[in-house]
Amino acid sequence: MLDNEDHLLENHPRELTQNPLKKIWMPHKNSHIGHRRVCMTNCPTLIVTVGLPARGKTYISKKLTRYLNWIGVPTKEFNVGDYRRECLKIYKSFEFFRPDNEEGVKIRRQCAMSALNDVRQYLSVEGGQVAVFDATNTTRDRRGTIMKFAEQNGFKVFFVESVCEDPEVIAQNIVQVKLGNPDYMNCSSEEAIEDFMERIKCYETSYQPLDEDLDSDVSYIKIMDVGRRYLVNRVVDHIQSRIVYYLMNIHITPRSIYLCRHGESDLNIKGRIGGDSGLSSRGKEFAKHLRSFLEEQKIKDLKIWTSQMKRTIQTAECLGVPYEQWKSLNEIDAGVCEEMMYEEIQEHFPLEFALRDQDKYRYRYPKGESYEDLVQRLEPVIMELERQENVLVICHQAVMRCLLAYFLDKTSHELPYLKCPLHTVLKLTPVAYGCKVESVYLGVESVNTHRDRPENVNVQRSTEDALQTVPAHL
Amino acid sequence: MVGLPARGKTYISKKLTRYLNWIGVPTKVFNVGQYRREAVKTYKNFEFFKPDNEEAMRIRKACASAALKDVAAYFTKEHGQVAVFDATNTTRERRAVINSFAKEKGYKVFFVESICDDPDIITENIKQVKFGSPDYIDRDIEEAMSDFIQRIECYKASYMSIDDEKDRKLSYIKIFDVGSRFLVNRVQDHIQSRIVYYLMNIHVTPRTIYLSRHGESELNLLGRIGGDSGLSPRGLKYADALAKFIRGQNIKDLKVWTSHMKRTIQTAEALGVQYEQWKALNEIDAGVCEELTYEEIQENFPDEFAMRDQEKYRYRYPKGESYEDLVHRLEPVIMELERQENVLVICHQAIMRCLLSYFLDKSADELPYVRCPLHTVLKLTPVAYGCKVESFFLNIEAVNTHRDRPANVSVSRKTEEALQTVPDHN
Repeated sequence: MLDNEDHLLENHPRELTQNPLKKIWMPHKNSHIGHRRVCMTNCPTLIVTVGLPARGKTYISKKLTRYLNWIGVPTKEFNVGDYRRECLKIYKSFEFFRPDNEEGVKIRRQCAMSALNDVRQYLSVEGGQVAVFDATNTTRDRRGTIMKFAEQNGFKVFFVESVCEDPEVIAQNIVQVKLGNPDYMNCSSEEAIEDFMERIKCYETSYQPLDEDLDSDVSYIKIMDVGRRYLVNRVVDHIQSRIVYYLMNIHITPRSIYLCRHGESDLNIKGRIGGDSGLSSRGKEFAKHLRSFLEEQKIKDLKIWTSQMKRTIQTAECLGVPYEQWKSLNEIDAGVCEEMMYEEIQEHFPLEFALRDQDKYRYRYPKGESYEDLVQRLEPVIMELERQENVLVICHQAVMRCLLAYFLDKTSHELPYLKCPLHTVLKLTPVAYGCKVESVYLGVESVNTHRDRPENVNVQRSTEDALQTVPAHL
Repeated sequence: MVGLPARGKTYISKKLTRYLNWIGVPTKVFNVGQYRREAVKTYKNFEFFKPDNEEAMRIRKACASAALKDVAAYFTKEHGQVAVFDATNTTRERRAVINSFAKEKGYKVFFVESICDDPDIITENIKQVKFGSPDYIDRDIEEAMSDFIQRIECYKASYMSIDDEKDRKLSYIKIFDVGSRFLVNRVQDHIQSRIVYYLMNIHVTPRTIYLSRHGESELNLLGRIGGDSGLSPRGLKYADALAKFIRGQNIKDLKVWTSHMKRTIQTAEALGVQYEQWKALNEIDAGVCEELTYEEIQENFPDEFAMRDQEKYRYRYPKGESYEDLVHRLEPVIMELERQENVLVICHQAIMRCLLSYFLDKSADELPYVRCPLHTVLKLTPVAYGCKVESFFLNIEAVNTHRDRPANVSVSRKTEEALQTVPDHN
């Protein structure tokens, strides 16, 4: 630091400096006191699933992991079954799981230990905040081992137990996710189902569900009958409270979510970002095609959501059915860059333009927002999408990227570059552990608004380098 | 509500109602005890509640019916969305009556049962809220305690908790031991899901919330709204005074929250402790009016200025926000404040008005005019069914930034009328 800066600090010990990327104000010297990232957990959390096979533990683990990562909590799942498959290479039959199969028991215990070791590595060394330990964990003894492990390492433990006795749900579960499992690759469906039922029986006799009295000091949620009933015990902190809220809002009723952008707008044609313009004539054409598309799809009880910006509302109006406006679905606020072309941004704010290319997820427009901010404002939308069944969301490019990244488990690096072209509807259908995506282009021409990351993201780059990937416009 | 006396039903009813109204869901409490006090002017003793007291039973049943009738009127005539029926409702029979009533009218029912057998909690409860009750106004404390305990006994024999088997078709939440455990059954829709989330996050541990604005800023001095300026010299002095005040309060494990704006962070820096920045605490976005004086707003956007005075809560600045938008973005802050214990929130005028309105149950009409002067700390302590407020002006002069609603809010008003209530500035 220069001498006169020191002098400045003497007179103004509380001079702040603004981080150029995220526009966060911090004390000049970045002292140990002061700015702390909004952090949801003080110490790492170990989520432990509990339940017989085919009760949805892996479904819940993967979905919860996806949600936590999306809201910015580094989370990883550790599926003990995967460790066992690594170890055993070939699965013969359910006999492996018999409680009197000493060899089997030994291998399974080793796999659990190995997984816990990796959990420790992830939470203590790699900076993870939540680890999801996905296994049956059906005995109090096994759970006791895990709790001891957690205590030794300074992790909080939260159990998620899934209890279900409905034979139809279990059968449906087996068909959906077990038949495609590596364990059953070379079996017929009937053989696989039969073997799996025997496998479940191996666990049943020794199953000790979490008990209201015996486990009264343990933090857990017991999910009964796929979410009809919940028992929640001793939620101790913010992250556990969020996890409980999330788990209580998800469901497995089959449904589809349709995502699309507004029709092409007047500002789109001019290559200008943001603003609140109306639809171009092609955009209006798209809205009509969207209406036909929806009619063909014959969707039961479709809910339609838009933002509060003219272009999404105009698009919805063409559909001739009621729709709900959400301010949270508004496009990213580009602050001082609102309604500018990329060429103008490069001309007036070349530094900002470069910073954005360096870290597009975290970059916040001056007096505007970042993708990171968007995710936070979209979280209630995601929560309500989880509660709902068939929904069409008519939104904007950056918003659609965030929503899509949630459903398709994209990282924060990929998210800002997801392709969400105009006049294209994405149909998302939950299937097995993930989401099937069908992309339907509705046949109406439009400009391309996707700007890839250019090669040169250096602040000293030339104008041509900066504008290398700007899509064509009027 | 369902539960024996002194299980926190009224506490939960009032708090939940306050929360729902604040987030924009018109809600009202119907406390059957109050109807009873209307019907039976003077409360003699617990004998009224004996199960074999036929006369009393008749009165109590009539009161419950009267309350249900008012619930129906609230929904149909007053556009209410949620009614909280606050009574013991400890028998299956009584709950069946409510279910039939609701079914007939097409209302959804959600039961909230509070179960607690910890004698310490119950005693504390009785001390906090029963001694002050109209029923016990002329009694001494020991008499009141003894009578109330016998009152509880009257209910115990016939108390049938919601049954997990027999009542499995009902929608309900059971709260055990003041929130240590919950049983949730058949949440039907969005509002029930929000209610459950809220109930699972509140607690009764004594604690204090401190609300303050940033110290006076450079733009404050110039009478300009919004922006992201630093503290004025007086503002810096306030920050030091705040630090001294907080140290003097000797608060255990105080969390400090600021917005992302320079002026709140500069204020927090003086405290010398860790603080957390929340973007959600940023001041209301005045859109095209950012950094303007009121005089300039009147000059450039007289219609907007008038419309804002007409309905300050719902008015949204062009390319900016409304108070209504603020409440929506502050909801996660309120939820986390409920979870926390001792917290100091350093924020902004409009933000502080929204937060204060939540704690003090102010209506949407009052909210945008709640007084939140600079250099003044508000100390909020939950007590009985509400919140005690203590105001501490830390003796550092500052401009006044409070603009009252002027007499003339018509778009055709003169400039002097529009600027009638603008506070002084440089």
